Amino acid sequence: MSRDKDRFLNILLISPSILAVLIFVYVFIGWSVRVSLSKWKGLTADYTWNGINNYLELFKDPRFHVDIRNTVIFTGVFVFGSIILGFILAVMLDQGLKGEGFFRSLFLFPMAISYIVTGVVWRWLMNPAAGSRTSGFNLLFTNVGLDSLVNQWHTTPTWGIAAIALAAIWQMSGYTMALYLAGLRAIPLELKEAARIDGASEFQIYRRIMLPLLSPVTLSALIILGHMSLKVFDLIIAIAGKQLPLDVPAIYMWQVTFDGLFYGKGAAIGILLLISVAVLIIPYIRYTLKTEAQS
Amino acid sequence: MTKKMWYSLMATLMITVLVLSACTTPATEAPPMTEPPETEAPMTEAPTEAAGTEAPMTEAPTGGQVEVFSWWTGGGEAAGLEAMMGVFAEQYPDVEFVNAAVAGGAGTNARAVLATRLQAGDPPDSWQGHAGQELIGTYVAGGQIEPLNDLYESEGWIDVMPETLIPLISQDGNIYSVPVNIHRANVLWYNPAVLEANGVEVPASIDEWFTAMDTLQAAGVTPLALGEQWTKMHLMETVLLGTLGADAYNGLWDGTTDWGSAEVKTGLDNFAKALTYANSDSSSLSWQDAAQLVINGDAAFNVMGDWAEGYFRELGKAPNTDYGWAPTPGSDGVFQFLSDSFVLAVGAPDAEAATAWLKIAGSKEGQEAFNPVKGSICARTDCDASLFGEYLQSAMDDWSTDVVVGSLAHGVVANDSWKTEIDTALGLFVADSNVENFQAALVAACTSSGPCK
Repeated sequence: MSRDKDRFLNILLISPSILAVLIFVYVFIGWSVRVSLSKWKGLTADYTWNGINNYLELFKDPRFHVDIRNTVIFTGVFVFGSIILGFILAVMLDQGLKGEGFFRSLFLFPMAISYIVTGVVWRWLMNPAAGSRTSGFNLLFTNVGLDSLVNQWHTTPTWGIAAIALAAIWQMSGYTMALYLAGLRAIPLELKEAARIDGASEFQIYRRIMLPLLSPVTLSALIILGHMSLKVFDLIIAIAGKQLPLDVPAIYMWQVTFDGLFYGKGAAIGILLLISVAVLIIPYIRYTLKTEAQS
Repeated sequence: MTKKMWYSLMATLMITVLVLSACTTPATEAPPMTEPPETEAPMTEAPTEAAGTEAPMTEAPTGGQVEVFSWWTGGGEAAGLEAMMGVFAEQYPDVEFVNAAVAGGAGTNARAVLATRLQAGDPPDSWQGHAGQELIGTYVAGGQIEPLNDLYESEGWIDVMPETLIPLISQDGNIYSVPVNIHRANVLWYNPAVLEANGVEVPASIDEWFTAMDTLQAAGVTPLALGEQWTKMHLMETVLLGTLGADAYNGLWDGTTDWGSAEVKTGLDNFAKALTYANSDSSSLSWQDAAQLVINGDAAFNVMGDWAEGYFRELGKAPNTDYGWAPTPGSDGVFQFLSDSFVLAVGAPDAEAATAWLKIAGSKEGQEAFNPVKGSICARTDCDASLFGEYLQSAMDDWSTDVVVGSLAHGVVANDSWKTEIDTALGLFVADSNVENFQAALVAACTSSGPCK
């Protein structure tokens, strides 16, 4: 009797959010798919069937090739950099030094800032101007005699996007640190001590014991950072504006849809973004659900 | 059990209905708004008949309100709009003016908001847009703005605006917007001291310009100050104009000049050559940064619209001593214009009030209130020159005598889709410097979104 009542109440309470998610997420995804298969160009909706031509056109589009290249470089540098830096910070904080709480907050703070603010600050720091107008990092490098480090930052051909990833690493490595720190704290001390008694070096302990035990954390970090970097938009806009050498799919989607009114093409880019994120996220969600069910 | 299930299902449904109806109550205005799009179609086909549906409104000229949508939210633009609103309030004290401005440079955000409103069938009475194809290609094609020929005739605007302007803001003989201000795109700004120190004259032709820049480069001066991507498009259009001349340049936009032709190739080669004289950090500079290089003596030339002059004044600089100007090389006697203009929405909630607003926007009083504050010249040729500064007075002279052509980067000559495709081609070109690919992409863009077949 009471179980039925519970179930009734459960369904009742959850139904508005289910409905909202159904409409505002899944129906809209479906609608975007439909638009991406149409010839819609201009302000008035046009659902003339266009098959997968929008997608085929994108794969031939040299600008989309730039986008894919940039996304790959950005994701690689950003995810790898954040994980390495976050792990090093976490290990250092885990040594039980004085003022740990202070440093923990210090490293975590950048995460509380929006990408736009980060972008504006890093735009100043990474100013590529030369001669008397040199400023930011380049000026710092010149003044301390590290002239060889002076570079073009985000205006470097091909690899400029990696400079944007630096700003993203600055922002997100504290978060990765927090993930790793929690993971490190969850590993029982006995394991470490047993390894020491067996004569393992500190490096071996981290390489053979800690890292394998932290692999779920690494996976989480990989997924969370990975899907963020696929969707990056605001950081690039704040640092460099709309410039083709730093173009990514999200910016192309925005420009082609709202500046160029190619709604069909814009929707196609959106769907490709969704698929790329889903490829990353769905196996992770299944994995998490499975492990949760096991425990 | 199953009965219980049914009860819970029923209850869930009822809650849902309640929730949904609660959601829709604030939007009670929505249903009538969805109707106008259906009535739009006949209006665009037979514009004169549209007056019939507006007839009841003309019988009640007082009262009402006009919602005017723009991206004028700061600086001289917002102040100019305020001034024009003052004129409006004087002449139409009964009409409430609703200023629906959305912040964001060059209207990118505002246009996205406007697109959403138009798709929802909720148009403002009148909105701002760059005169020309940016408006025509988007809103006329979508059947969302009314032709204004009657207004032009009754207000006598045809006689006070340059003859060569009218075709650029019309489609099939219908005029679609009221230009409030005029900016000139083809202006070459220079630093007189830098030119004098290097013995360089102000160039009149593209070849003279290149020779001058060679001299400057040899002397260790950055010859040309350039900024982010859209300023490169701005440079490209002025170089094309300087190479092709006014007629062939106009032909690019109506399909009579072949984008694949040898002359266009020459123009693009000139553009590519001009880029080699520019500062290396151009992509990290805004137009202000680039203009400032000239003022500070770090660079000799800058090609930018005449809003740069307002910026120079803001910096406390004096015309002719701190900065000089000339038409861009090869474009003497041609006025490449862009303009902010206002339209009349199809299905405007209060068409009568909207028309009143347009009358002010096109009037001498309205334009004389707006333009000195904004730092632009009137679209009318009869404004009082004494209200304006030295540069603007020279621009007013040129405006009334020169051949008028439209700007690409600022929405006059190409519709949004076409412009976006050109922008993409330009971005790829700046990265790889391949003129053949660039020209091929421009030919393709004209076919897919322009008049070329």
